[in-house]
Amino acid sequence: MSEQVNVVSVPVAEPAAARRGSRLNPSLIVGGSIVALIIGAALLSFVWTPYDPTRIDAAARLTSYSGDHWLGTDKFGRDVFSQLLVGARTTLFVGIVAVGIAAVIGTPLGIFAGMGSRWAGEIVMRGNDLLLAFPALLMAIMFAAVYGPSTLTAMAAIGIATVPSFARLARSGTLGVMNTEYVLAARAAGRTRRAIAVRHVLPNISGLVIVQSSVAFAIAILAEAALSFLGFGTRPPTPSWGRMLQESQELLHSAPRLALWPGIAIALAVLGFNLLGDGLRDRFDPRLEVRR
Amino acid sequence: MNNQIAGPSTPPGAGIPDAAEPALRVRDLRVGTDNLDLITDVSFTLAPGERVGLIGESGSGKSLTALALLGLLPEEVKASGSIRLSEVGFDVVGASERQMSKVRGDRMAMVFQEPMTALNPVMQVGDQVAEIMLLHRRQPDRRAARRAAVEMLAKVRLPDPEGAARAYPHQLSGGQRQRVVLAIALANDPAVLLCDEPTTALDVTVQAHMLDLILTGVAERDSALLFITHDLAVVATVCERVLVMYGGRIVESGPIDEVFTRPRHPYTRGLLDASDMDAVDGRGRLHTIPGTVPAAGRFPDGCVFRNRCAHATQQCVQVPPLEHKGARAHACWHPVEEPT
Repeated sequence: MSEQVNVVSVPVAEPAAARRGSRLNPSLIVGGSIVALIIGAALLSFVWTPYDPTRIDAAARLTSYSGDHWLGTDKFGRDVFSQLLVGARTTLFVGIVAVGIAAVIGTPLGIFAGMGSRWAGEIVMRGNDLLLAFPALLMAIMFAAVYGPSTLTAMAAIGIATVPSFARLARSGTLGVMNTEYVLAARAAGRTRRAIAVRHVLPNISGLVIVQSSVAFAIAILAEAALSFLGFGTRPPTPSWGRMLQESQELLHSAPRLALWPGIAIALAVLGFNLLGDGLRDRFDPRLEVRR
Repeated sequence: MNNQIAGPSTPPGAGIPDAAEPALRVRDLRVGTDNLDLITDVSFTLAPGERVGLIGESGSGKSLTALALLGLLPEEVKASGSIRLSEVGFDVVGASERQMSKVRGDRMAMVFQEPMTALNPVMQVGDQVAEIMLLHRRQPDRRAARRAAVEMLAKVRLPDPEGAARAYPHQLSGGQRQRVVLAIALANDPAVLLCDEPTTALDVTVQAHMLDLILTGVAERDSALLFITHDLAVVATVCERVLVMYGGRIVESGPIDEVFTRPRHPYTRGLLDASDMDAVDGRGRLHTIPGTVPAAGRFPDGCVFRNRCAHATQQCVQVPPLEHKGARAHACWHPVEEPT
């Protein structure tokens, strides 16, 4: 008997640590590096920036790349590089607030809709559809109109508008998991509904939620940029990549670099979080591990 | 003892005369939707330590019976009748979800057919075994449960139980996974173990070991075993008694050697003939049962087998009662003659 079984039991003997170490993948490394870079920039901005990013210097307006101002200055003579560093803070704050709200509300809602009775599920999902009918930006503008424009209200709005996508995803994942034999087995073993939700459903849909979070993070960054561009997001003088874009608009022909750098920063952040999401899913989902 | 459960229309299940208290007693079990009966008048008892096979073609209601015993029927399917477990103060039929969650995995456990999907893919198997013991408070804390889990894995003879406990299901082979499933089922020493085709998905060589483990497992715990399969050879090696199911009814029951050597119901006869790989008919073909199992709800009135039965007559429009004779029972108006 043991011969029969030993042939296929190789991975069992392997220590868990070695198994995990081999699961670094390119998207995790690249995405992680980009995100680390952004976090690093945000942290660095608390202790050091070349100039005060809000300091107006009439003598150094619209200077190009130089030793004094690495990425030049804008129309008020503010240092672009310093603004980018501080803008990273805004970006992270935006993503964390919006995705936090969306995931923390949307995921349990979706699991509930997928596990509960048919009626409960229908009610949640129709409410979801209602919310989905509001474009995120419109919702943010409504919030800004009611509570006054600020980064926080804008992001709360984006977060709430993103709840349906999490709820929907969590529900479809939950329905899939609830149809599996191991959930039946768990019920046959006497597990209660709540325990099945926490121990079986949530871990099995966490890959979906992580990927969705990274995508939502990227969307939130874009939404913040768009809202700031429209004047409903981050208030001046707080630096934000979106606002930098907006302010560069009128100078697009004379000083395109002013739009270029915040644009690159936004694109990089979006790419970084997307790659990180993919990488995290691959890393933490034991089902996707390479089989031997 | 049989008399106390005898009703006018449904005779008692083929009882074990001398058992003090049966581990499981099913009486007049009916399972179905509002307008469709899927299982009708199923009655049987399992004595502690008794090993009973439940056989029949796909679609005859075997798995549904098992799910009904655990109270795990789909939302729109309802059960009536009575299902009593020893040392459980309430009837499984009509019990609340909360009551049932204390019984499932503790007094009654199940091994499923498909080992590839019966385990949570994102949880180490050791934790899955440990959890079932913690859940029913058989172990004081997580650490003790984890130790007991490794012991359980060793008992089902997994090589390197320590390592296996840390493995995720996909790192184990089908046979190994099924052992883990068995370890989970046996972890709390259930009074009744339900096995739904536990070896169908396994290699033939692994099958024999699995059956051996199941037999040892129930023998050590004096658990009653209800073994669902369509493999007659497996039933013959594992079980002492057999229930033959067709069309949601038990059509024949009795000690395995008697039923398999001298079947009374034409359906049992047909099953046995069909599984005989040496016997051929006049044209040199293997025996078959003519026709196929009808879809649920399409079974004929009266005797459910009459549209496929060579001996069916006008009388078969009436439902034949399950006639008891000693330890055996059959439900047929024209039973296969007993060679005397």
